[in-house]
Amino acid sequence: MWNYSEKVMDHFRNPRNVGKIEKPDGTGTVGSLACGDALTLMFKLDADKRIVDVKFQTFGCASAIASSSALTEMVVGKTIEEAEKITNKDIATFLGGLPDQKMHCSVMGREALEAAIHNYRTGETMIKNLEDHIVCTCFGVSENEIRRVVTENSLTTVDEVTNFCKAGGGCGMCQDDIQKIIVSIRDAKIPPAPAVADKPQKKLSNLQKIKLIEEIIDREIRPQLKKDGGDIELLDIVGDRVTIAFRGMCAGCHSADFTRQDFIEAKLREFVDPAIAVVEEGE
Amino acid sequence: MNTIYFDNNATTCVAPEVRDAMMPFFNDLYGNPSSMHVFGGQVAKHVKAARERIAAFINADPSEIVFTSCGTESDNMALHGSAELLGPQAKIITSRVEHPAVLGPCRRLKDMGFREIEIPVDGVGQLDLDAFREALKGHGPAIVSLMWANNETGVIFPMEKLVELAKEAGAVIHSDAVQVAGKLPVDVKKMPVDMLSISGHKLHAPKGIGIFYLRRGTRLKTFMLGGHQENGRRGGTENVPYIVGLGKAVELAAANMAEESRHLTRLRDKLENGLLATCPDARVNGDRAHRLPNTTNMSFEYIEGEAILYHMSDLGICASTGSACAAGSLEPSHVIRAMGVPFTAVHGSVRFSLSRYNTEAEVDYVLDHMPKIVHKLRDLSPFGKGDVLPVNL
Repeated sequence: MWNYSEKVMDHFRNPRNVGKIEKPDGTGTVGSLACGDALTLMFKLDADKRIVDVKFQTFGCASAIASSSALTEMVVGKTIEEAEKITNKDIATFLGGLPDQKMHCSVMGREALEAAIHNYRTGETMIKNLEDHIVCTCFGVSENEIRRVVTENSLTTVDEVTNFCKAGGGCGMCQDDIQKIIVSIRDAKIPPAPAVADKPQKKLSNLQKIKLIEEIIDREIRPQLKKDGGDIELLDIVGDRVTIAFRGMCAGCHSADFTRQDFIEAKLREFVDPAIAVVEEGE
Repeated sequence: MNTIYFDNNATTCVAPEVRDAMMPFFNDLYGNPSSMHVFGGQVAKHVKAARERIAAFINADPSEIVFTSCGTESDNMALHGSAELLGPQAKIITSRVEHPAVLGPCRRLKDMGFREIEIPVDGVGQLDLDAFREALKGHGPAIVSLMWANNETGVIFPMEKLVELAKEAGAVIHSDAVQVAGKLPVDVKKMPVDMLSISGHKLHAPKGIGIFYLRRGTRLKTFMLGGHQENGRRGGTENVPYIVGLGKAVELAAANMAEESRHLTRLRDKLENGLLATCPDARVNGDRAHRLPNTTNMSFEYIEGEAILYHMSDLGICASTGSACAAGSLEPSHVIRAMGVPFTAVHGSVRFSLSRYNTEAEVDYVLDHMPKIVHKLRDLSPFGKGDVLPVNL
């Protein structure tokens, strides 16, 4: 069983604002039967252009129903401009959190709201932009959608992208492409210049060195390990000796020794200090 | 709130008789059956008696019974043990609807360079016999692993025919009999498979005990090394209490099998027909003519399985689903997909699996409440009403 919060179970058991609105001002539908979840959202505005009534219909699991119901409570009384600021994170937070594998339910809510607002503004049914490059053909997820969930939720691994928007969760053929998108977003965030500047021009203080090692592990090393379901913990730094522990899939992996020397040590030598030696806990 | 347990293909309760039979071996009779003293030796007698009972249960010789920790271990033993013996020129033939305990090792062997063939099934989950014949063709050794009955749908493969075809082709054949054992007669003389896997906790013994049947004369590379136990075929001190418990469990199953089978069929059919009558847009997944007596897999169209299960759970009803969401994956059950179930029904599948302890009153309770759950979720669903259509199909 999933570890759903009380609030998720409450919204699942007693969904708010179920149904349809006669002559709504905006309607949006996302998802499909084949994908396993879908949501139709409708709203009506009052004279002050605030959302006065909102209704939903959802096909999906407990958290899909709860996310839709929560979203309706969140938008009532808001203007369109206020409503469109709601992110999938806001929906998950409102519900007291969602299991990682269920984050895509909150993304579906945000997408349905966007589709409904688009419909209100243009009168058109929002169809995914055909110009937009589809990366995941199993679930029809475009590059822009992936870029958006990665940026908004600071995602670093393909698994996380799959949890948030399903991309990569079918045949798995597009996982390399998703990884490239993640890397390109990360690289854009960190311009190459500072990376060079990271290389110490003069001797670092102990504190600076520790901070830099932590930063390089977070930025350069951990995301790569997470790709394979692993993780790393920094245990101690004494002089040039960096003690680490492998976690997750890396713990006990046959290639862990190789990873430690040829990847982690190499990265720290490149970015921090050529004298660094990386050892595993207990060595 | 009472619990109505209709999830017996997942696991079963330990029969009270089984629990009582095990208790002395947690207390006074804790000796090691291999020991050279009477204290341990008296325990060995009980292991021997259980082995004989279990052998009789499947009409095998006691020397052909190997105790393991679970059905999954037995499956792994069969596949890895045969593959290691025959070497990488051997091909592995299995089906698309096998339990992960078989598909897992088969796909590992594929990664290791073995040729692996997964035979498809038709719309009711029956094996494509032509594809099986085709796969058996050619030279070189072949290892066949096909389940006797499917855990999700209860569909029974025509094992007699499959064994015959495999034998004709000179292949060694293993069958995952985890779901069939205890529900229908298993006779290895009438059904001459080379290897068989059985799990204790599916037939009212505890979790943590399994049987690997290895026909006399069938060779295998030992998988679990480190001890002389089980005639050198599976190292490790015998799990005495559980072996004794399993001996009792098969005795109970054998004693009432025909009568239980009728009881289960009657309850299952009442449940299935009742739900088909009261829930529109419901269907049965799987071959209704060749099925375990206790299992029904039904799809409720336009709604999703996890949501159904949570509502059922609120009422104390336990079942399971092939929906993607419940498993934490995004793909629905490989069995349901392999059968080509229509996409309107793929995510709304629910498996009910009964046991000898279920009653008609429980079936009535479920029949009373299921239509309300289906109705509630259909009310929520944008599909199945013909007026709101999705745009991103």
